[in-house]
Amino acid sequence: MTDPHATEPLTPQGTGAAVVTGPGAVGSTEAMAVPVAARSQWWDVWDQFRTHKGALFGAAVFLGICLMVIVGPMLWPLDPTATNMRARYEPISWAHPMGTDRLGRDTFARVMAGGRISLGVGMTAMLLSLVLGTLIGMMAGYFKRLDGPLMRFTDLFLALPLLPLLLVMVILFREPLAARFGIETGIFILVVSAIGVTSWMQTARIVRGDVLTLKEREFVLAARSIGTPSGRIIARHILPNVLSPVMVSATLGIATAIITESTLSFLGLGFPPDFPTWGRLLFDGVPLLERNPGLAVWPGLFISLVVLSINYVGDGLRDALDPRIRGR
Amino acid sequence: MLTYTIRRLIFAVPTLLIIAAIIFFLLELAPGDPMANVPLTVPSEVKEQMRQALGLGEPAPIRFVLWLRQFFWIEPLNVVDALVGTSFAEGELRIISWQNRSPVFITIAERIPQTLWVVGTSYLVAIAIAIPIGIYSAYRQYSMFDQAGTFVTMIGFSVPPFFSGVLVILIFAVQLRWFPSIYDTTLVVNSWDAFVMQLKQMFLPVMVLALQITSQLSRFQRASVLDNLGQDYVRTARAVGLPEKRVILVHVLRNSLLPVVTVIALYVPAIFSGAIITEQIFKVNGIGQLLITALQANDLPMVQTLTFIFAVLIVVFNLLADLAYGILDPRIRYD
Repeated sequence: MTDPHATEPLTPQGTGAAVVTGPGAVGSTEAMAVPVAARSQWWDVWDQFRTHKGALFGAAVFLGICLMVIVGPMLWPLDPTATNMRARYEPISWAHPMGTDRLGRDTFARVMAGGRISLGVGMTAMLLSLVLGTLIGMMAGYFKRLDGPLMRFTDLFLALPLLPLLLVMVILFREPLAARFGIETGIFILVVSAIGVTSWMQTARIVRGDVLTLKEREFVLAARSIGTPSGRIIARHILPNVLSPVMVSATLGIATAIITESTLSFLGLGFPPDFPTWGRLLFDGVPLLERNPGLAVWPGLFISLVVLSINYVGDGLRDALDPRIRGR
Repeated sequence: MLTYTIRRLIFAVPTLLIIAAIIFFLLELAPGDPMANVPLTVPSEVKEQMRQALGLGEPAPIRFVLWLRQFFWIEPLNVVDALVGTSFAEGELRIISWQNRSPVFITIAERIPQTLWVVGTSYLVAIAIAIPIGIYSAYRQYSMFDQAGTFVTMIGFSVPPFFSGVLVILIFAVQLRWFPSIYDTTLVVNSWDAFVMQLKQMFLPVMVLALQITSQLSRFQRASVLDNLGQDYVRTARAVGLPEKRVILVHVLRNSLLPVVTVIALYVPAIFSGAIITEQIFKVNGIGQLLITALQANDLPMVQTLTFIFAVLIVVFNLLADLAYGILDPRIRYD
């Protein structure tokens, strides 16, 4: 790794303070190495992130896949649901870069369409679990009276057998929600909320831990002493400072949510066959493995690539957002 | 330590009760009816009697208490009866499956050995591989071995089991035809050939499960050894002239294993959930597959019992992990 700040001595006190005091303190470590004024801390984060080759590569792959999935279907002429009985089980060719399935549907088009749903579910579920986790962690950390009950509640959720319960939830609520909102929206809401509700616990614990230490710091005391109401202390002073761990767990949350959604679909309990997600495509491809292995391999490859790239980005972000490591 | 253990045990009881209640009342919402398959020609009073026989006559809260009594009292009594030959549980209603109208625990007892075989073997294999890899990667940090190891564990960590399972089936079963892709549970190991066959059919599921655990464990082991290598006692051990082998394999290894042992205990429930997917891929008829078929057949007593067993596993192994840490590390004092 090349690092521009190699000569800078790492003083535990100085950098330790930078963890929590936010933009002001980061500037001081910055001033020693690079004598330029007024530079947002996000530039430092970016500089550190850039030094992590894996993370940079991961980010590129992830953005590439997102772009392919969003823009691809507009450019690609074949419809994911159009059947063509004359071209069943086609191998890889220019007309069908990933072959075709047993109804002659183009796998490339289906993988792109499936990616839209899979990534959509992943991001929405991550947002939901992030909001829940941050809210609960913040309340537990900031309000002493809520700490005990909320943390017991979190422990309880951590002790739940999540995969069996997810399966139960999906089976139970599939019909009513599909009847209420239509099949696609209904299942989307169901899968997203099921994943969100069962994955907020880690975020809540991390946020609580950070809030507990932040709450005792002088800048919070100062804010309180001039009469800032609790809501504004949280929003202006505490929330920005817990942003880094939240961002890391958000990144990794996308990967977990995508895996969970694919698992549900793979067990035949996620989206119905007409709405191909990556997990569903993989599930449909398995019985035809001897006939046309590509049907199962392509969607699986995309799931793995997305998860791998996100994990690398998460690793890089964790280093980049940690001021104790940054600048080393 | 003892008071801590007792406190934790007492605390585990309400946790389990609440989890049982969550599972029970979630399943109460299910639309399934065990009488749905009974022909319409059966008179309604007979149907009512059949419901009573399945223990469905009472309102939900009472049935919940009855279920708890069945799970924690009658079923253990049945186990005692089966082992000792007594008849404590005679005439008591057991938890009955809606699918085959036989006690749930008999089916579960039939399925558990397969799961334990696959899960247990893969866990042992994973531990045996992960710990040496973790130690060596940490000892030669940033070497080629470490870089390659980190990359491979990242892949093992990221590729979901349902895809790695499909991949190994494609490579080893479809292309190379070395191993069967379907786990045959009727195989009786009574000869050398049958034993070889058993090993062969276990190979792929064990590989898939072990790959995932190995990558998680070796990451932990590596981090833990790295933490310890920087400690003063390592410098002291080297300064007094202990051979490097002894420093690493005795002093560092023992200290670095402490957190890893906890992680090993904590992952046991997770590997059982992972087995749900692996069993589905390789058609192993263990408890994971039982859960999926029960869910699809709307067999609520079975689903409820199995889900609760998973919850018990989580609570018990969390407790074990904490206790093991306290026992192994004299610096940790809970009370």
